[in-house]
Amino acid sequence: MIGPHLLSIADLGHDGIVQVLNVAESFAEVEKRTMKKVPALKGKVIATMFFEESTRTRLSFETAAKRLSADVLSLSVATSSVKKGESLKDTLKTIEALGIDAVIIRHRSSGAPLQAARFLDDIHVVNAGDGWHEHPSQGLLDAFTVRQAWAAAAGVDPATTGSSLFQGKKIVIVGDIAHSRVARSEVLAYTALGAEVTLVAPATLLPPSVEGWGVTVAHRLDPVLADADLISVLRLQAERGSGECVPSLREFTETFGMTEARAERLKDGALITHPGPMVRGVEIASAVADDPRCLVTTQVHNGVAVRMAALYLLLTGGNAVLDHSEANRDA
Amino acid sequence: MHRYPLAKGTVVIRGGAVLTPAGLVDADVVIVDGLVTAVESNVTAPEGATVLDAEGCITGPGFVDLHTHLREPGKEQAETIASGARAAALGGYTAVVAMPNTSPCLDSAFVVRAVLDLGATTTTEVAVAGAITVGRAGEQLAPIAELAALGVQLFTDDGTGVQHGGVARRALDYCTGLGVTYAEHCEDLAIASGGVVHEGAWSAKLGLPGQPASAEEAMVARDLLLAGELGARIHLLHLSTVGSVELVRAAKAKGIAVTAEAAPHHFTLTDAEIASYDARFKVNPPLRPDEHVAAIIEGLCDGTIDAIATDHAPHTPETKDLPFDEAPPGMLGLETAFSLAYERLVEAAGMRVERLFDLLSTNPARIAELDAAGARPYGHTAHGARVAPGIPANLVVVDPSARWTVAGTALASLATNTPYEGRSMHGSVRHTILRGEPVVISGEAQR
Ligand SMILES: [Zn+2]
Repeated sequence: MIGPHLLSIADLGHDGIVQVLNVAESFAEVEKRTMKKVPALKGKVIATMFFEESTRTRLSFETAAKRLSADVLSLSVATSSVKKGESLKDTLKTIEALGIDAVIIRHRSSGAPLQAARFLDDIHVVNAGDGWHEHPSQGLLDAFTVRQAWAAAAGVDPATTGSSLFQGKKIVIVGDIAHSRVARSEVLAYTALGAEVTLVAPATLLPPSVEGWGVTVAHRLDPVLADADLISVLRLQAERGSGECVPSLREFTETFGMTEARAERLKDGALITHPGPMVRGVEIASAVADDPRCLVTTQVHNGVAVRMAALYLLLTGGNAVLDHSEANRDA
Repeated sequence: MHRYPLAKGTVVIRGGAVLTPAGLVDADVVIVDGLVTAVESNVTAPEGATVLDAEGCITGPGFVDLHTHLREPGKEQAETIASGARAAALGGYTAVVAMPNTSPCLDSAFVVRAVLDLGATTTTEVAVAGAITVGRAGEQLAPIAELAALGVQLFTDDGTGVQHGGVARRALDYCTGLGVTYAEHCEDLAIASGGVVHEGAWSAKLGLPGQPASAEEAMVARDLLLAGELGARIHLLHLSTVGSVELVRAAKAKGIAVTAEAAPHHFTLTDAEIASYDARFKVNPPLRPDEHVAAIIEGLCDGTIDAIATDHAPHTPETKDLPFDEAPPGMLGLETAFSLAYERLVEAAGMRVERLFDLLSTNPARIAELDAAGARPYGHTAHGARVAPGIPANLVVVDPSARWTVAGTALASLATNTPYEGRSMHGSVRHTILRGEPVVISGEAQR
């Protein structure tokens, strides 16, 4: 049902997403123990290949793999000989020869992990972010984080809620959507789970078409704020605010930033997420970033459990026994 | 200096139909010492004649490609003039126009002469399109008159368009005085904004930078205005959008001396192909949605577009295995053009075979001035004329009922980057005759 690769949230569908979130809940439980390791992927070798450096995401994946007892090969290709124009295929064939079971790929080019999956035989490929395309594990951990928060508010166990807490929820994704892999993964996850998604950005930061996305589009943030259950604030890259896509960072903050004034107008119980790293004072005011309604540190924390769930399901099909007590004995 | 000798000996093409000035006629064709000598039924082949079976086939003027990237000099690992000429012959082409974006580019008499010399002995006649500006940099005019003296008829910076409107206007004006033709790769790079695919639903979904149709159309519009104002002749390369077709149709109605070409991939593939992120579908102008494909077909059928040109662009497998945004644009075209055009235009769109030969042979020969023997100092023979006694035997024999499957590794090009890998094709090129020499017999290159 899941796999062989995790290249896009679309690979999972509604049931696959819920399965990942549920398994992630049980790994989140493991994390609370003193012995955080489970033997689920003992003997498996997982490589991370980050053609574009992202220490946070790489550490999160590597921590997840280690907690599943997998051996981790960390190939820092971003700083090595792999430069623009060097064959992705050759680099991948080299690691294939190392006898790995899965490879986690971050690449500046959209589609590179999909190409990698074509070049490799019998190796699971996990997309850790490709160009403007997708960042599936981020989309999953964002969905996981908000489901947990909504379940806590409702006083229920999130693992029993399936996608019910998303039904009818109004989710606003605001900022640089055109160039955001997080936006594409969140849209696929949230719409699959039954939420109503509105994309808010100036036209220059919206994708040229949202045909088939199942979302509505707004060019102004203020009219959609008061109704929103969740505001997903995306990062604006500085160069896009210096005349390329918007006149200035100042104007962007004025019109689309999650300022303190806007945060005050959110309805009770509304949440804010941000995939990080935040540019405080641009897309999100510093005070809002530190507001308890903003889940950014929880997102980072949850990343490990969600990535454990994704790796576990991909590599075992969910069939390996998740015996936590055995893990403790192992210690 | 006539470098293109007619082949000695007698060839008889037996059976099938022949495209003559009077239309399609069931007949045999006799070729003696490189010239067609008879088009008549039930010819008795003289002793020693080569007899080519054309039962069920159509014999017509050999195809002429206005847009071939031969890669020599500079990228001989992807294609050489010889390998490209072999691919051309197998595709039914008796003449191709080599594009100037080689390395070094074709902006000097020295390099142009080298390419013409290398092309003089190949299995297709090689003409050259010269660069319009030095280094194809879009700034200083190339030595157009000097290249024209070598017989260069088309001038273009293909690979890119001339971005500066003032330079384009001056170049167009200068060409007019020499009787040569300015040809444009229409793409306003500022509007294209680094886009590697068509901007639309697919670019949005895949997170690939898109270039809008207006990037092409803006330059089409600019060039048509300039050509109209100057009374200049202009040829527009590989049109791919609804708007471009509309602009050219309107310009022709106003009497502007514009000709236009379209590539087979732009009337057979859509941008949905890029969903696989397979860079074999990366091409410039990019593949576009259905409505654009339909407009190209309409333009080809109604005469707005004058020629089918392959934009044959070989690239090595290594470069096509790069991430989509880094891979070079372009796809092979010479060996699949006829089949694609036959299936899409004749079988599916109901185009008459005569019109298809106009698009593949007669019109491009006229645009490149390869239609008259001796018009070129380099001695190219005449191409594109319907089959009749007296014409040089630059002929193709196509088999409309043949079926074959494309395999990149089986193509004569050194590169394998066909976007039609594994696709079943309708119609094939059976024989190609160059100046009386059967260079392709039964789909096999003879040298
Ligand atoms: Zn071009």
